[in-house]
Amino acid sequence: MPRWTPLAVAALLALVPLLPLSSYLMHIFILVIMWAIIGMAWNLLGGYTGLVSFGHAAFFGLGAYSAGVVYQRLGWSGWWGLPVAVVVVALFSLVMGIVVLRLRGPYFNLSTLAIGEVLRVTAQNLDKLTQGDLGILLKHRSWTDKQNFYWVILLLALGTFYAIKALVGSRLGYYFVAIREDQDAAESLGIDTTLYKTIALTVSGVLTGLAGAFYFNYMGYIDPKVVFDLPGISILAIMIVMVGGAATQTGPLVGSLIMVLLAEWVRSIPKLGAAHMSVFGVLLILIIIFLPNGLVGDFGKIRRLFAGKKAS
Amino acid sequence: MPKLEVFLQTLIQGFLLGGLYALIGLGMALIMGVMKIINLAHGQLMMVAMYMAFWLFTLGRVDPYLSVVLVVPAMFLLGVGIQKFLVNPLQRVDSIMPQNQIILTVGIGMVLTNLATLFFSGDYRSTPVSYATKAWYLSDLWKGSPIELSVSYKELVSFLVAAAITLALWFFLQKTDTGKSIRATAQDRDAALLMGVNVERMRVVTFGIGTALVGAAGCLFIPAYYLFPDLGGQFTTIAFVVTIIGGLGSTTGAIFGGLILAIFESFTATYVGMGWATVGRFVIFVAVLIFLPGGVSSLIRSKKLGK
Repeated sequence: MPRWTPLAVAALLALVPLLPLSSYLMHIFILVIMWAIIGMAWNLLGGYTGLVSFGHAAFFGLGAYSAGVVYQRLGWSGWWGLPVAVVVVALFSLVMGIVVLRLRGPYFNLSTLAIGEVLRVTAQNLDKLTQGDLGILLKHRSWTDKQNFYWVILLLALGTFYAIKALVGSRLGYYFVAIREDQDAAESLGIDTTLYKTIALTVSGVLTGLAGAFYFNYMGYIDPKVVFDLPGISILAIMIVMVGGAATQTGPLVGSLIMVLLAEWVRSIPKLGAAHMSVFGVLLILIIIFLPNGLVGDFGKIRRLFAGKKAS
Repeated sequence: MPKLEVFLQTLIQGFLLGGLYALIGLGMALIMGVMKIINLAHGQLMMVAMYMAFWLFTLGRVDPYLSVVLVVPAMFLLGVGIQKFLVNPLQRVDSIMPQNQIILTVGIGMVLTNLATLFFSGDYRSTPVSYATKAWYLSDLWKGSPIELSVSYKELVSFLVAAAITLALWFFLQKTDTGKSIRATAQDRDAALLMGVNVERMRVVTFGIGTALVGAAGCLFIPAYYLFPDLGGQFTTIAFVVTIIGGLGSTTGAIFGGLILAIFESFTATYVGMGWATVGRFVIFVAVLIFLPGGVSSLIRSKKLGK
């Protein structure tokens, strides 16, 4: 892939709002790009560093609530939520890292899951700050049409893509992969695994938090059950990466496109609509068994499968 | 002495609930010990068992406590099927993601929850048994008692049945050949294989037993609890917190874990607030991971070794 390809793709995508698209289609575009950011962020931690997090909703929700609380309690614009989310989520990740990064394998998975759930229950119960289950409503969204939101999220996505590309391509990226492959071996080679795991966790968290802060400004309403949702946020983030391909740069983008479109499509089928979680679950099971490295990671396998069919 | 009364009542409530939590945790601990995977569909499987018990009660007028006899074999078969057709094939898959099996069980849990919503709707259901409000009071037994305590009939029966099942499981694991093979597989898979244990079959049987145990817990829960499709996730959490407190893969630990968690939860609910019970659950979970990573079973072990 030439160096300018992502830029060219982004430039092409930036022209999309100029097309006469319906508001609904723009909404889908925005969702795909937002989930691509979350997917890329999750992939840095789960795919490259091998720390499978079941709690990215914690970062997403924290980002969303940073924006929400800044707006509701301080009366600032919701967009101040983006820088605030960076600070809040970064601090939170550092503290969280002290606890969860000492743990390995299943312990780590479950502790992240626990933290996501704890934050949800806390947001539900701390109604002085978060208004609990009532949620926070943004009274005036910045723009009525969607194109500005689209450009904002596209810019964020481009930044995320290059940030992760740079990270993974640098010395740090090799440390991350070394930690994933064998943490003890990495440690014995002199890699400060705790430090690099903390970096991966913090960067991943901050990027997810940014997506969350954007979500508040875009949707204009958040409540704990939506932004801290376990299947709706944490598991979906995992699925996006699993479908697209863990530890690949384009995997989360492909995964996000497929998952968001699939979700919208399944929901639109009258009788099947309610079954969309089943469809997701079955897809997840099939992907894990047959394409464990995702569409991008196992692309060679898929191509061979089709080539083999043509030959016979 | 109302304060003491509340305290003791909370303790009793927690203890009785603990028996059921232990049963849920036992299934998870067995699976974890033998398979080295965490079954994140555990609570969802319990939800399936609860629906079985619910329909048996509603359509067949089968008492939930009797339905254990029917639900347990069915759940055993379900567990065997899941292990045989979903988890086992995964062992041969080559992937860079180390935690594939856990994510797989998440997928299974999602499908189960969603199918339950589809077929049985999201309504809250319950089994209105005739003895639902029956309880024993301390003042009935001891007329001059200075404090008043009560034990609800269904909670006590659930606890006793759970204890009986736990005892039966202990006997099975300690005394029978299959039980010994399961323990051997949990201790050292390769050594067990070399000693002629059919490890593959033990894995399948263990998953079946683990599922059957949580199924039994489901039947015992249903007289006292509302049933709805989303209830699974909460019990998956309870199951893994119980096993973490007990020590991963330790069955004795799971019993202590269940009691500790339930008592802790019922105190949080009484003294801090209902909504915070879930937070309490996770606080104890994280605290155990940090301060006692081996769980209660590591304490027991070090006692035995005299360290």
